[in-house]
Amino acid sequence: MVKEADHVPDTMQTPDVPPPTPAKDQFQEELVIRPLHSGDIYASFQFRTMWDTDFLRGSKVSHYRLFPKSLGQVISKFSVRELHISFTQGYWRTMQWGQPFLPSPPGAELWVWFQDTVTDVDGAWKELTNVLSGIFCASLNFIDSTNTVQPSASFKPLGLGNVTDQRFLRYAVLPREIVCTENLTPWKKLLPCGSKAGLAVLMKSEKLFHSSFHSQALHFRPVCQDWKCKSTVWELRQTLNVVFDLHTSGQGKREWSLFKMFSRTLTEACPLASSSKVYVDVTDNPQGELFELSPTTPLLSQAVVLGDRRTYSVYDLTNQATFGQTRSLNMLLRWRAAESAPPHHDARYVAGYGLQTGEIHTLMYNNHPYRAFPVLLLDTVPWYLRLYIHTLTVTSKGRDNKPSYIHYQPSKDRLRPHLLEMLVQLPPNSVTEVTMQFERALLKWTEYTPDPNHGFYVGSSVISALVPSVVAMDTNSTRECPLFSSFFPCKEESSYFMRVYTEPLLVNLPTPDFSMPYNVICLTCTVVAVGYGSLYNLLTRTFQVEEPSPGLAKRLANIIRRLRGVPLL
Amino acid sequence: MAAPLTLLLIVAVTIRAVLFRSSLAELIPERVEVVSPLNAWKRVVEGLALLDLGVSPYAGDVFHEVSPLSIPLNESNTSIHPSIMADALTAVALYLAVKDYNKTVFRKQKYALEAERYPLDCLELIRTPKEMYYIPLKVAMFYLLNPFTILSCVAKSTCGLNNAVIALFILCTVKGSSLMSAIFLALATYQSIYPLTLFAPALLYLLQRLYIPVNWQRSSFWLFTTQYTFMYLGSLCVMVCLSFFLLSSWDFLSSVYGFILSVPDLTPNIGLFWYFFAEMFEHFRLFFICVFQINVFFYTIPLSIKLKEHPIFLIFMQIAIISIFKSYPTVGDIALYMAFLPAWNHLYRFLRNIFLVSVVLLACSALFPVLWHLWIYAGSANSNFYYAITLLFNVAQILLVSDYFYAYLRREHHLTHGLYLKRKDGSEATLVLK
Repeated sequence: MVKEADHVPDTMQTPDVPPPTPAKDQFQEELVIRPLHSGDIYASFQFRTMWDTDFLRGSKVSHYRLFPKSLGQVISKFSVRELHISFTQGYWRTMQWGQPFLPSPPGAELWVWFQDTVTDVDGAWKELTNVLSGIFCASLNFIDSTNTVQPSASFKPLGLGNVTDQRFLRYAVLPREIVCTENLTPWKKLLPCGSKAGLAVLMKSEKLFHSSFHSQALHFRPVCQDWKCKSTVWELRQTLNVVFDLHTSGQGKREWSLFKMFSRTLTEACPLASSSKVYVDVTDNPQGELFELSPTTPLLSQAVVLGDRRTYSVYDLTNQATFGQTRSLNMLLRWRAAESAPPHHDARYVAGYGLQTGEIHTLMYNNHPYRAFPVLLLDTVPWYLRLYIHTLTVTSKGRDNKPSYIHYQPSKDRLRPHLLEMLVQLPPNSVTEVTMQFERALLKWTEYTPDPNHGFYVGSSVISALVPSVVAMDTNSTRECPLFSSFFPCKEESSYFMRVYTEPLLVNLPTPDFSMPYNVICLTCTVVAVGYGSLYNLLTRTFQVEEPSPGLAKRLANIIRRLRGVPLL
Repeated sequence: MAAPLTLLLIVAVTIRAVLFRSSLAELIPERVEVVSPLNAWKRVVEGLALLDLGVSPYAGDVFHEVSPLSIPLNESNTSIHPSIMADALTAVALYLAVKDYNKTVFRKQKYALEAERYPLDCLELIRTPKEMYYIPLKVAMFYLLNPFTILSCVAKSTCGLNNAVIALFILCTVKGSSLMSAIFLALATYQSIYPLTLFAPALLYLLQRLYIPVNWQRSSFWLFTTQYTFMYLGSLCVMVCLSFFLLSSWDFLSSVYGFILSVPDLTPNIGLFWYFFAEMFEHFRLFFICVFQINVFFYTIPLSIKLKEHPIFLIFMQIAIISIFKSYPTVGDIALYMAFLPAWNHLYRFLRNIFLVSVVLLACSALFPVLWHLWIYAGSANSNFYYAITLLFNVAQILLVSDYFYAYLRREHHLTHGLYLKRKDGSEATLVLK
């Protein structure tokens, strides 16, 4: 939707020349969030700057308001009519994700329609790619005649104008180009508000690049100013499409919010924007039975997108009431799903910091609502993590839970590891935590692996449990039953045997400097020798008065005198 | 003199009690400079926990104490921890020992003066009772108020107990009771092997006290020596057998003495062994273990020959050499020989490196925790930094000990040859070691 430009009379001009309409740039921003069937979520930003100027008639443009100056100068210098550039990382998976709003190939893609006044299109194309390479910090300078083509039918102009001579079209793609923060930063700088206000505050690279698909693009073309199409304005659309993966960014939980996706929330619209909206696709969720969207919004809009009518919940950021009491907007989409936890599961981790001490924590969950059951915990810890059994604590629900049986065999250096076996009763619907402190040993330099800073592995704990079963089990082992249900022998009807293995641990040990054996031997032996030398001197020598040695002449004279047998000097 | 000593004890106990109640009481027992695998309190508690679980404490590699001493330590639940009592006991024992020793020194000096054995110009080297009056108190103060001792006490390290036994041994030797001296020496050797080297100075002092000359042909010499040796070895055997009967196994021999001698645990400490054996080529490991262990015992005979007239100084030298070259030294061991320094106050004028040594010791003590933190916690330094400070610290200690030895020998030389020595042409002479 385009606003009508106001006509402001200019009294300075002569009456027979129509007064030039003052430039009235416009900026709109919009974000569309579309949950995908695979559990991923697709966010698409679009920023549109309308540039009302007329550089075609030769008048030099010197006043830039919302339109970025760096791009405007490039466009006017190279007489570009349409410019489309995109940087993409990842491949759009149409089968799983549906159709994108703005498709783009992996790598960098650039296609440009030049004005028909350009005489040397190839020269202009070469210079344009180099200048754009500088603007976007990308290696577009690798675009040359070896990867440039002039398509005859596929890339017709997307804006106004009826120039169809393919001599003025150039298309190139660099599939190897990588997108990173260095490309995002100059792209963000082209926006009127930068990344300081409005929707662009969400674009932080640490989350954006941790995604399955990321594409930033820039589209420049002439469009009609309004529906009457009396004059043309230049439209710059900057788009950013990103798909966040359920497992990588979502941590496996089917719940998405602005904060989870971008680690930021929205606090205000861009003050320079005439419209700032967030659209959430709720077509698959008409009664709210699939997921729950909060905060609720009364605005609903329908649009025909990609041949289908879709319904969107709209958040208008120019309306202060959208931000609520907290003055920040963080949309939350939570899927309703019945998640049932297994009756027994375990986790183990190492706590503490530094390379001197640490603590092993083992968590055992009993998710059964009312039945308690016993578990046998077996821990094998290598000898170089010296466990202290007096620091062993077992707590359930905040209280001490004393194990009824403990078998502990301490380790012997370089001979055998620690062995700890405990029988613990897990109370119903609780978490039992077993903690034990250890000290890290310094090993001999030959005992380290070639990659010592990777760390040393501690094998999984084995937790053997008799878990209460939901149905009565069959203790008759002779009856015919499938192989997968008959591995562990079944002794009683009400519970079955289960073995759970926890995570292995990766523990770092302090390392000596491996390049130093000879140096260390020399230095330490030097210190011992200093001790030996000083004590040896004091033990074997006696104090004597020092007589100064006579000069050279006198010594020679003494030698001659000794030979003569005459008393010395 | 009882009043100032009591005051000193009260101040020392107060400082330790205050530190026990503060948050430092959790931090200090973790410091590797203060505790070692041999004397850490954490390991004593661990050994007793193992005993509770029905496992022998020596079955693992965590506990390296000789058990009969550690069990009463844990059973005591009094408000004053045994390590504070051990410190107080050490201080009182050192006080009494040095007081008695001063009397002996003064008596010998009086006889020498009467026999006109000293040249006339070294009268200013003669020690006066006035100057020697406060030395016992200073010795007790040097021990109790030494930050190393306080740290060792707050860490509840059994080093305090070792120091107490050695101090009692010195007291009994100085008082002349050969049986008690043998028993305490056996106890000290039983705890850690190195006090074995103190056998020679103790024997020399007792012989001197009984006016038995050290002469190979004299039968009285051999009689006393065998007496003392039997008392010592007998007590040692009794203690070892008692340990055996406590746990009905000989495990403790390899866990305690085998551990001290073969150095399997390479936990960093302030000594020279850990990094040396962490970086040792496997082929030479046994050779260098033997060399380093012999190094501790090696100086006994030469020092005994040189210092046979001065057995107490010999005890000081031996304790210092043990503290520097033992396999798992801690700052508590250093505190013991540093307590003796006020007894050699009169050597001040002959010390050559005292400024350098004290500055280096202070700087290294400050740098130890910094570089440990950088290596273990910050990850920005590596083990070489800590190792370098260890080397420097030990060099400073060696310089300190050899400096005092030099000063002692020099004073003896002056007492026989005169203080102001002249060259043949009459000009002022310089003394050198040749």
